[in-house]
Amino acid sequence: MMDRPSQDRPPQQWPLVALHSAGVLSPRTPMLATRQEGAGEAAGKPTSLYVVTLQRMVYPQPKVLTPSRKDVLVLTPWLAPIVWEGTFNIDILNEQFQVQNVTIGLTVFAIKKYVVFLKLFLETAEEHFMVGYKVNYYVFTDRPADVPRVPLRGGRRLVVLQVPGAARWQDVSMRRMETISSFCAQRFLREVDFLVCADVDMRFRDHVGVEILSQLFGTLHPGFYGAAREAFTYERRPQSQAHIPRDQGDFYYMGAFFGGSVAEVHRLTTACHQAMMADWANGIEAVWHDESHLNRYLLDHKPTKVLSPEYMWDEQLLGWPAIVKKLRYVAVPKDHQEIRHR
Amino acid sequence: MSPCVSGGGGCLPSPPVLLGSRSQYPQPKLLEQRPTELLTLTPWLAPIISEGTFNPELLQHIYQPLNLTIGLTAFAVGKYTCFVQRFLESAEQFFMHGYWVRYYIFTDDPKAIPRVPLGPGRLLSVIPIREHSSWEEVSMRQMETVSQHIAARAHREVDYLFCLSVDMVFQNPWGPETLGDLVAAIHPGYYAVPRHQFPYERRHVSTAFVADSEGDFYYGGAVFGGRVGRVYEFTRGCHMAILADKANGIMAAWQEESHLNRRFISHKPSKVLSPEYLWDYRKPRPASLKLIRFSTVDKNSNWLRS
Repeated sequence: MMDRPSQDRPPQQWPLVALHSAGVLSPRTPMLATRQEGAGEAAGKPTSLYVVTLQRMVYPQPKVLTPSRKDVLVLTPWLAPIVWEGTFNIDILNEQFQVQNVTIGLTVFAIKKYVVFLKLFLETAEEHFMVGYKVNYYVFTDRPADVPRVPLRGGRRLVVLQVPGAARWQDVSMRRMETISSFCAQRFLREVDFLVCADVDMRFRDHVGVEILSQLFGTLHPGFYGAAREAFTYERRPQSQAHIPRDQGDFYYMGAFFGGSVAEVHRLTTACHQAMMADWANGIEAVWHDESHLNRYLLDHKPTKVLSPEYMWDEQLLGWPAIVKKLRYVAVPKDHQEIRHR
Repeated sequence: MSPCVSGGGGCLPSPPVLLGSRSQYPQPKLLEQRPTELLTLTPWLAPIISEGTFNPELLQHIYQPLNLTIGLTAFAVGKYTCFVQRFLESAEQFFMHGYWVRYYIFTDDPKAIPRVPLGPGRLLSVIPIREHSSWEEVSMRQMETVSQHIAARAHREVDYLFCLSVDMVFQNPWGPETLGDLVAAIHPGYYAVPRHQFPYERRHVSTAFVADSEGDFYYGGAVFGGRVGRVYEFTRGCHMAILADKANGIMAAWQEESHLNRRFISHKPSKVLSPEYLWDYRKPRPASLKLIRFSTVDKNSNWLRS
């Protein structure tokens, strides 16, 4: 027998114990095991519906009396985490997610001349995006022959999906909602657990990993994270489905980076597409197109995680302020006139 | 599509994305400096709930339409039946107000359970359990009892379940901010203590063993909960570990609390409640804790355990 501390009791004669199971519920009942539904709950915790047992790990102790960031809000009023550097330990999160064997889909649209952004986008994604996980890149393009061949790590593949272009860049932007929505049902539901919908004229510059994964996430627009809601560039005309009055709104989310479980992305893109159709029938186009509708949707359907502007930055326009510890996904400088009209 | 969890309140998409339209509330302040606050996010991005981290009206607005049923288990064995009255009366005042609630009071003396008037949509079930030889045995059997009860009944009756100690009272609102897949509460005695001083079980032979370099928070055994399916897995897992120890003739330092803490290291909670939700009335309240919601009451331990 081992040494016994004073609070221990002398060993008893334990009666024979018959191990019995409850019978009705086993650890993998239908209510628990859904592969397609994304992990996490309202709080954005990355735990899934599977029972996840972590290996023993060594890492610094979290301190109840010491906030991880004193300069920024890290939790929304509806208890969704706001993901900033310093708030998360990636080793713990990787442990939690690796066990679940998740596959992440990354959608990107490269229409007309925008194909030129694909090489850098994909190369930097290979370096920084969900490294170590199964990733499917879904490249939607009207020029499949111009999709570059980029060497991919193990477990990652590129799917090229041909879609028609559109004359106006605004239409190209807005059509993405319809396309993503229809592909959710057609294939994403079967192929991936989470979807990330990204703009192509960007590159990854630092780690973007499973800390972003949740049922539904949006990303703070880097131009508005310090602004009052009255200054957000929401659609303000009541005639539009995207209308948000001046006294409402949580954050201004950027249309260039959002995602979640396939089911939630499906709901979001379907709703935005339908709202845009309604607007079109009423002869109105929201001021920032799909982004306006995204913002209205995320006001009504609160995201379960919010990504800080680390995940959506433009260094040329905004520099590198101290509050943004890492620039993870950044704009690639481009000539708007040139690129939009060929 | 995810299958439904059928609870007392209806079908629950798993897990819910929160609708929160058209309610008036102040804009969240992204850049506010907040020097005297508690940690509000664990390193695995689980929220740590304390006053000021959430907007109660907004959460109510979001959760109310989901028609949820919240269960609450408590054990009132032997002399502990004397706590039930105050426990239930305070729960009636503060626990999940406006939701469907089911109390499950486990007792070896059903006649001793007082009939406390309950608000609409709130039901009490008194569930007889067999007597045990000692208070430690009572304590260790709770995990088993809860898991069996969920399997037999509660999985059909509730969406979420909290397992609370009965020798405590609610003093302030306990609402939907506490709901999550798997919920733990930080023990009021150890929130400012380095992990090597946590009263984990330190003997290697125990299944509850935790090394000096391990551990996030010391959680209290008096409060835990979550979705009913997750609570089932959790209590069952603890029960199995307790049985394994029993087979080796060992009882962990703090009984089921030791096992709960071991399990929460390898199955991290998706939401953590600050000590507001598990307080010890004997402790002076620090400035960083603005509100005490659930707390121990004065009692004479020796008398109760004899």
